[in-house]
Amino acid sequence: MDTVIDYLPEIGKAFTYTALLFIISAVLSLILGTILVAMRVGPVKVLRVTGTLYVNLVRNTPLAMIFFFFQFAAPRIGITFNWVDVHIGQFDFTSFFTAAVVSLTLYTSTFVCESLRSGINSVSLGQAEAARAIGLPFGGVMSQIVLPQAFRASVPPTASALIAMLKNTSVAAVFGVIEATSQMKSMTNDNADARLEIFIAFSIGYIVLVEVVSLIAGSMERRWRIA
Amino acid sequence: MRYTRLKAVTAAVVLAAGLAACGDAGSDDDSGSDVSVSENAADNFDDGTKMKEIADAGTVRVGVKFDQPGLGFMPTGGDIPEGFDVEIAKILVASLGIDPEDTSKVSYVETVSDNREPFLEGDKVDLVAASYSITDERRQVVGQAGPYMVTGQQLLVPEDSDVTGPADLQGEEVCSVTGSTSLENVKAEGMKPVGFDTYSQCVDKVLDGTVEAMSTDGSILLGYASQNEGMLKVVGDEFSEERIGVGYSKESPEMCQWIVDTLTEASEDGAYQDAWDATLGASGEEAPELPEMDECM
Repeated sequence: MDTVIDYLPEIGKAFTYTALLFIISAVLSLILGTILVAMRVGPVKVLRVTGTLYVNLVRNTPLAMIFFFFQFAAPRIGITFNWVDVHIGQFDFTSFFTAAVVSLTLYTSTFVCESLRSGINSVSLGQAEAARAIGLPFGGVMSQIVLPQAFRASVPPTASALIAMLKNTSVAAVFGVIEATSQMKSMTNDNADARLEIFIAFSIGYIVLVEVVSLIAGSMERRWRIA
Repeated sequence: MRYTRLKAVTAAVVLAAGLAACGDAGSDDDSGSDVSVSENAADNFDDGTKMKEIADAGTVRVGVKFDQPGLGFMPTGGDIPEGFDVEIAKILVASLGIDPEDTSKVSYVETVSDNREPFLEGDKVDLVAASYSITDERRQVVGQAGPYMVTGQQLLVPEDSDVTGPADLQGEEVCSVTGSTSLENVKAEGMKPVGFDTYSQCVDKVLDGTVEAMSTDGSILLGYASQNEGMLKVVGDEFSEERIGVGYSKESPEMCQWIVDTLTEASEDGAYQDAWDATLGASGEEAPELPEMDECM
C-alpha cells in the first residue's frame, strides 16, 4: 500500500483530469445529443438525413479512431487545437485535452441522441398531435410536451451512455492527457513490484466515480417519476 | 502497339522486381552482423538449467521492441526486426545453438514498455532485449542482467529550433511514451509530460508542431533524427542515466551468469562491436566499450 500512499497527490490529480474530461464532455454531449435528436425527429428532411448520417457515421467508428483522427490526420488538413492554452492552478488545458474533449463529445453525443430518441418514441403520438392541435409550433411541441416526457424515459439509457464515456476517457491516456489510466501506467512501470495494489487502487477510483454518476442518475429518475 | 506496350511494362516490372530483390539482399547483409551459431550448444549447459532446456527444445522466444529504429524495429513486411537490441538477442540465441535468423526456431515477440515484466512473469518470452533499463523495482519481480549499454535521455527537436536543453523547455509540453521512465524524467526536469502510445507518434507531434520536443534515450532519438534528416535533430546533454540490460524470468536465476559471460565473450571476440556497427553505429559513431556488468546474485 505504501507505493499508492506515496503517489496519492499524483493519483488525485490524475483522477481530477479524468473527472474534468468527463464533466465537460458530458455536458457538451448532452447538448449536442439533444440537437442531433431534434434533427432526427424533426420535420425538415435535410436535417433528418444529416442527423441520421452523422449518427451512423460516428457511432460506427471506434473511439480510438476518432482520437487518432484529431491527433494525426486533422493537423494535416489544418485542424488543430493549438490555440487552446488555459492554465488553472496546476491543471493545464491545452490542445491535447481539447482534442480529447472533442473526440469524446462527438462520439458520445451519438449515443445520447439515440437514447433520447428511444425516449421520444416512448411518448405516444397523441401527445404531439394534441400539442399541434392547440397551435404550438414544432419548437413548442418539443420543448413543452415531448422532450420533458422523453427525458424522463431516457434517463437510464443516457446514464449508461455517460457511464460508458466516463470509462472511455481512459483512451486519452495514449493521446497526451495524463489522466488516471496514464498515471497508472507510469506507476506500474516504475513500481513493477507493486502492480497489484496499483491496479486495485485505480479500479476503486473508477468505481467510485461511476458510482457517483449512477447515484445522480438514480436521484433524477426518482425526481422525474410520474407520481 | 498494345503488344509493345505490354512488353515494355512486363520488362519494367521484371527489372523492378530484380532490383528490389537486389536491394533486399543488400540490406539483409547490412542489417545484421554475422553471428556464429554454437554447435552442440546443449552440451555446454548443466542439466536442469533454463539454457539447457531451451537448447534442447531448439526454440526460443525473445521480446524486443518493434518501433524503435536502431534498437528494435520491424520493417514493413519484414519478419526479423532490426537493431542493436535485436543483435544482442541474436548473440545470446546463437550461443544456445539456435540459428537466430530462422524464424521457425526463434520467435521475436513485440514487447512494449509496459508488458515486459508481465511477459517474463507469465512465461510468454524467455528473454527480453527491449531497451530495458535496469531498476531496483524491476529487479524485485524479474531478473535483469547487464547493462550491455549505458545511455541517457536527450531531446529531439525540429531542425530550426533554438532549444539546447531542458532549461529552455520549462513548463512546455514534451512528448514521450505513456507510462515510460522517460516521461517521468520529463516531469522531474520541469517540463510538462505528454504521453502517447509509441515513439513514432511523438515524432509526428514534433513534426506537426504541437509539441516543442520529445524526449527519451539518446540512442532512440538518433534513430529518428537520421530517419527524418534535415527536419529533426538531437540536442542537449544527457539528463538521466539508463542502464540497458537483458530481462529474464526470476525463476531461472542461472540465466544471469550465462548472459553476462556470453556478452563478455562477444565483446572480446568483436561480435558486440559488429552488432553496434551494423545498427546504431551505422551513422559512423564508434562502438562503445561494453560497460562493466553487475554481478549476478
